[in-house]
Amino acid sequence: MKNLRKKIYMTAGYNTISMGTGRKEFNPKKERAGLEEYLKEAGQGVLNQIDNGAKSVDESVLGNFMASRFNRQANLPGFFPMIDKDLEFKPATSVEGACGSGALSLMSGIKSVLAETADVVLSMGVEVQNTVKAIYGADILAYAGWFKERKKGHAYFFPGQFSDRAGAYFEKYDREKARKGMAQWYANAIENARLDPTAQEFHNTHPDPYGLSLKSEPNGKVFVDHLNYMDCSKVSDGASGIIIASEEGLKRIGIDKKDSVEIIGWAQTIRNITEQPTDRTELTAIKTAIEKVFKETGLSINQIGTVELHDCFSIAGILTVEALGFAKPGEGCDFVANGNTKRDGIIPMNTTGGLIGWGHPTGATGVHQAVTIWQQLTGKAGNAQIKISKERPYGMTINMGGDDVTVTAIIYKQGA
Amino acid sequence: MTYDEKLQNVSVLGAAGKMGSGILLLTAVEMCKLSLKPENKGKTFVLNAIDLSDEGLAGLASYIKAQVRKIAEKQTVWLREMYEDRADLIENGEIIDQYIFDVTNIIRPTTAMEVAYRSQLIFEAVSENPDLKVKILSQIDKNNPNSPWYFTNTSSVPIHLIEEKANLKGRVLGFHFYNPPAVQKLVELITTSNTNPIMVDFAYAYSKGLGKIIVPSNDIAGFIGNGHFMRDGLYGINEAKALTNKYSWPEAVYMINKITQDYLVRPMGIFQLMDYVGIDVMQYILKVMNPYMPEENLHSEILDEFISLNIKGGQMSSGAQKDGFLKYEKGKAVAAFDPKSKNYVSFEIFSAKCDADLGEMPNGHLPWKTAVRHKNKENVFSSFFTNMKASVTLGSKIALKYGANANKIGLKLVSDKVAANTNDVNTVMLTGFFHAFGPVNNYFD
Repeated sequence: MKNLRKKIYMTAGYNTISMGTGRKEFNPKKERAGLEEYLKEAGQGVLNQIDNGAKSVDESVLGNFMASRFNRQANLPGFFPMIDKDLEFKPATSVEGACGSGALSLMSGIKSVLAETADVVLSMGVEVQNTVKAIYGADILAYAGWFKERKKGHAYFFPGQFSDRAGAYFEKYDREKARKGMAQWYANAIENARLDPTAQEFHNTHPDPYGLSLKSEPNGKVFVDHLNYMDCSKVSDGASGIIIASEEGLKRIGIDKKDSVEIIGWAQTIRNITEQPTDRTELTAIKTAIEKVFKETGLSINQIGTVELHDCFSIAGILTVEALGFAKPGEGCDFVANGNTKRDGIIPMNTTGGLIGWGHPTGATGVHQAVTIWQQLTGKAGNAQIKISKERPYGMTINMGGDDVTVTAIIYKQGA
Repeated sequence: MTYDEKLQNVSVLGAAGKMGSGILLLTAVEMCKLSLKPENKGKTFVLNAIDLSDEGLAGLASYIKAQVRKIAEKQTVWLREMYEDRADLIENGEIIDQYIFDVTNIIRPTTAMEVAYRSQLIFEAVSENPDLKVKILSQIDKNNPNSPWYFTNTSSVPIHLIEEKANLKGRVLGFHFYNPPAVQKLVELITTSNTNPIMVDFAYAYSKGLGKIIVPSNDIAGFIGNGHFMRDGLYGINEAKALTNKYSWPEAVYMINKITQDYLVRPMGIFQLMDYVGIDVMQYILKVMNPYMPEENLHSEILDEFISLNIKGGQMSSGAQKDGFLKYEKGKAVAAFDPKSKNYVSFEIFSAKCDADLGEMPNGHLPWKTAVRHKNKENVFSSFFTNMKASVTLGSKIALKYGANANKIGLKLVSDKVAANTNDVNTVMLTGFFHAFGPVNNYFD
C-alpha cells in the first residue's frame, strides 16, 4: 500500500444537520424530512462545490443500513437521479455493513478510482431513523448483530451488548476510574458538538455534562446495567456526502489538492458475526485494523493529529483509545479522564462531537467521519477547527458496524 | 384466598365511563402481570367490563389497546423476561403485540350484569347516585355465592351507608381513584368500623401493584379530596358573587378564575376545575355531602341556576372539555357565560380592564408548570407570597384571602376527623389535584 497505483483524494464534503432529540427544531409529533430530503440536501451540497456538478461525476455509491425497515425503502441507487438528473443512467451502488456502511461507501469509491473505472465518485451515506419510537428502533438496529442471538439479547439490543463490555471492563479494571473516563468522553463530545452547527448536541447548554454523566448511575431496570443515557449515541436522521477523485478527477472538478485530503492507506477487517467476542474488554477487529493500517502505511500513532472514531457508546471510545495504542488495556479511561483526547489535548478525537455529540445516523456515520477529517486537515472546520501540527499531519477514521464486526480504518493527509 | 386468587375473577361496573375505564385498564394490567407469573401459567384470569352502553364498550377496546401499548413500551425490559420461554417472540415489537393481546384477552366487555355473580372482587364506578349504587351492589350480592369484596369509587357517598343499605357486612370499602386513574397517583381509601382487615391489606397490596399512593380518609361524606375541593369551589363562587357589585358575572368569573390559577399557582383556575369535574357532578356531590354537614350549607344557587340553563361542563367522550362556566377553544378558556343574557361573553371584551383592576402580579411569580417541578419550591413560594402580602392590588388581596381560606378548609378536615393529619390533606391536594403547594401552609398567615 505504500505505493498505491494511483493517488486518491477526497474533497467537497457536506453534512446535513444530525436531526433528533436535542435539536430545537426536532418535533417527533410533526412530519419530518425523509430519506429523499436528506439525500437531496447532502448530495447537492457536494455537487455545488465542484465544477459542472453532477456532469463531472462518473459514478455514485450510497451507504445505508436499514432504510428497508426504518423507511420501508430498498433499491437505494435509484435515488441518485433524484438528487441531480445528470446522475441518471450512470452507475450507482448501495452498500451495507450496519453502522459501518458509510466507510464501505468510501471504500467502494476508492476502489473504483483505483480500478480506473472512475475518476470522480460521489460517495454518500444516509439514515433516517426517527420514523419509529426508540423501543422499535432497537429491534431494527439489532439486525447489526446475529439474529439468532436476538432472543437472548436486551430490549435495547446494542446498548445491552456494549453494557456487557462496560461491565466486563469494570470487573477487570476499576469501575470508578472507568466511569470517570466515560463521563469525560461524554463531556468532550458535548463541548465539541457545541462548535458545529450541524451537530445534534449543538443546542446543548447543560452547565456540567461531566457531572451529569458521572452522577447518572446506570439503572438496569429501565435501561441497561452498566451504561447511562449519556454513554450512548442518540437516534439520528442525517446524510453526508464527499467526492472521491483521482488527480485527473480533481482537475476535472476544478479543486486544488490543498483543498482536498489524500488517502494514505486503509484497512478493512471483519469479525465473525456468529461468535461472541472472546474478550469483551477488547475491540479486536478494530485493533487488528489499526495494526494493519499502520503496517501498510509505515506510519505510527505519533504521526496522527486527530482521530474520528466510532463512539456509538462511551465505552467503545475508551476501548478504541486502547486499541490505537494511546494507553495500555485498562488505562484508556485514565488517558481520556486526564484530558488527552480533548480538542486541545495530545490527540484531539471526534472534534465535532463524534457519534455521541454530533450524532449517529448509522449508515451515514462513516462518511461523516471522512467529511470531518477533510474539514480539519484543510482548515474548513469553522468554529470547531483544531490546530494540525507539522509533526502530526495525518488524520484517521475508524468506522465500525455491529459489535466490532465490520471495521474500516482510513488514514488521510492534506493534499499537496 | 391469596392475592392472586382474589384477582382471578374481577368485575368493573361502569367500565366504559371515565373512571371505570381507567380502573379497568389498571386492573387488567395487574391481572396480566399475575397471569404471566410461572406459578400461574394455565390459570384463567377474567375481568368483566360491565357497562349499560354498548357504544361505550365499543370505544373502550381502542382506549385500552392504545394505553396498554404505551405501558408496554415503557416496560419492554421486563416483558422480554416474562416472555423468555416463547421462542416465537423475538423482537420488542412482537413481544409488545403479544402483551397487548394478553391484557385485552383478560377483558370481557358486556352489558349483562349477571357475569359479576361469579366474581371475587367487584369495582363499582357507576354514576354518583347512592340509590343506584346500593341497588346494583345488593342485587349482585344476593346472587353471588362467593361473598365478594366491593371496592367503590365513590368520591362522596359515605361507605357505611352503602354497606348498611346493601347489607354488605364489612365487605365494602371506598377506593377512590382520581381522574384520570391511569395517570393520577392518588387513591383515597375509606373504611368503616366493620371493614374486614384482610380486605384492607389486599387494598394496600393492590394499590402497590398499581404504583399508587394511598391516603386513608375517614368515612365522612366527600372524604378529603372533595371535602376540600367542594368548599374551595363554593368559596370561589361566592368570591365571584361578591365582585358583582362592581363587575358583571362573566368579568367576576374571569377574575376569580385568573386569581386562583395565576396568583395561587394552580394547574387550572377554580371555575375551569369546576367545569372539568362537571357542574352537574359538583351539584350532585354537594347534595350527597350536605345532609352530613349540619353546621354548613354546602349548596349554591348559582350551580342550580346553571344546571337549570343546561350549562353543565364535564367532558366529551373524546376527553375534550365541554363548555360550562367558561367556554373553551382547543382546551383554552376564551369566554365566560352570562346567565342574564344567556350568552358567552368573550374575554377579549373585558380582560384588559379586569387585568388592570387586578393590578400587577407580585414579584417572584412562577407559572404552575415551572413551579411544580422547582427544586426549591418552598423558597420560591415563600418569597412570592411575602411579596404578595406587601402588595396592595385587588388581585393580591383576593388571592391572599383565598389562600387563607384554603388553609382553613384543610385544617377543618383534620378537626372534623376526615383526615388523620394535615400531611394527608396536603398529599391529596398535591397528588390528586396537582397543586404546587399543599393548602395547609404558612404562606398566608
